[in-house]
Amino acid sequence: MKTTILQKPASFYDEFTQKGGAQLANTHYCPGCGHGILHKLIAEAVSDFGIQDKTVLISPVGCSVFAYYYFDVGNIQAAHGRAPAVATGYKRSNPESIVISYQGDGDLAAIGANEILQAANRGEQMTVFFVNNAIYGMTGGQMAPTTLIGQKSTTTPRGRTMQNEGYPLRMAEIIATLEAPVYVERVMMTDPKNIARTRKAVRKALKIQMEKKGFSFVEVLSGCPTGLKMTPVNTKNWITDVLSKYFEPGVKKDESEDREPIITLHPDPHFEEYHELLDIRSLSDKVKGVKLSAVKEMVDEIKIAGFGGQGVLSLGYALANIAMGHNYKVSWLPSYGPEMRGGTANCSVKISDKRISSPMIDNPTVLVAMNKPSLQKFVDDVQPGGVILYDSGLIDEAPKRNDVTVIGIPATAEADKLGSTKAANMVMLGAYAKIRGYLSNDYVKQALPLIIKNKSFHKLNEDAFKRGMELVKNS
Amino acid sequence: MAIINRVLIHVDDCKGCGLCIDACPVNVLDFSDGLNSMGYRPAHYIGEGCTGCGTCFYTCPEPRAITVVRNVEGLAKDHCPHCNATVKVFPGNRDESKTFCVECLKPVNK
Repeated sequence: MKTTILQKPASFYDEFTQKGGAQLANTHYCPGCGHGILHKLIAEAVSDFGIQDKTVLISPVGCSVFAYYYFDVGNIQAAHGRAPAVATGYKRSNPESIVISYQGDGDLAAIGANEILQAANRGEQMTVFFVNNAIYGMTGGQMAPTTLIGQKSTTTPRGRTMQNEGYPLRMAEIIATLEAPVYVERVMMTDPKNIARTRKAVRKALKIQMEKKGFSFVEVLSGCPTGLKMTPVNTKNWITDVLSKYFEPGVKKDESEDREPIITLHPDPHFEEYHELLDIRSLSDKVKGVKLSAVKEMVDEIKIAGFGGQGVLSLGYALANIAMGHNYKVSWLPSYGPEMRGGTANCSVKISDKRISSPMIDNPTVLVAMNKPSLQKFVDDVQPGGVILYDSGLIDEAPKRNDVTVIGIPATAEADKLGSTKAANMVMLGAYAKIRGYLSNDYVKQALPLIIKNKSFHKLNEDAFKRGMELVKNS
Repeated sequence: MAIINRVLIHVDDCKGCGLCIDACPVNVLDFSDGLNSMGYRPAHYIGEGCTGCGTCFYTCPEPRAITVVRNVEGLAKDHCPHCNATVKVFPGNRDESKTFCVECLKPVNK
């Protein structure tokens, strides 16, 4: 007889170093927790099918939030209930990947009930493992949508009643009524026979995705000895004797034999067409006959702040677009209150020759402050050696920093003279362009009307931009 | 010759939930007398009678607590520095050049 070894599947890490602490070989789960059993079955299948390098596991909120400690595959941790939405995005942009949404009953059947229904109804090509233990385990045993009638929990101390909390949701049956899903089964992790069935269901659900047939859903009745306040063995018996009477195991839907593989074309062949339709072609396609200088090595982090209505966001947006037209990598991140005018607004613009990893700016290299509160808010954040541009017409007190270049531009007053205070932002844009010197004036002249399309502003913005450049020269 | 199978229990990974003991169809697993380093009472193999069915492996929620070897005779031998003896060793499945002692489960490679 051949020697065979059943051991920790290769799709688990050798040591769970992300978990930390002294015990790096075992999980953070309680003794007898069902998650561990299901993790092992999934890891084994991923290894056996040779899909470890293209599998992405989306972990939920709940005890299995830390699934990424254990699985040596791609991992994403999603917000509560949103794993199917994240899985949708990942799978659509990476159609060759194998995407697993791993969710508990609080996550999938309560806060994420809509996400799962919509994803299932769209027939997203993903595999969902739904761990149903009839309770909110992580938070200490509150009632879940799957808690049985009469079952006591910390939030139903006299037992769940139909009048108060309604009936437990049978998610597998609900999903099975939809047209799109290919395979829906409920299994339970109790005795060896049923664990073997669970193993088979896990493998089948993954196979369906590997064959590109569509959405598969496996509900797993699982024990939470801590939340249910029973020993692990009693929990297992309770699942068999009580839980599985309401949540009956079995295949709820299986069309895996009849379905043809769905081939997703990626990228979408109509991609260019959408750009036309939405008029989101880049400026470079529209601005003609401007010779641009070579991209230089730099990272400029610009914080533009003022009150709503001053054109703070438009200024950032225009700057980011113009810099992008000059072949720089850019990001633009607005931040504003719910009101359209008044209130405070700011935006962060990053401009770099290299790819930008985060649009956030903590310490700007350039601060454009359009009013006093904005200057006070950000003045201390500017990097030493940076630049502060402030509206010296509106702000009576110059910023007190010796380690930065401080330039006062009476932007609002100058814009007023040109015809409208609304062009104050373009005066600031001109000042910025003059200080940094890498933007082509001809390019800006052509680009501004394409960015700010309102015709009545075309001439004004051009003049304001020029004025801003002159003001720096004079100051 | 009878086939010898072995359940290997990583004592410090076991949380003493007892699911393997309950599931074993031939009742060759039991709780230990002592406690492990975490303070749990781990499962242990009584020493004979394992059929190598793997039931305990699949009921165990811990990734590494249980390893089942079917036909121990087929394993290679090596010197285990921890046991200071020549023992049977089994290869890991992430890196087959790494082998582990059947007696103490620790890696035997230098």
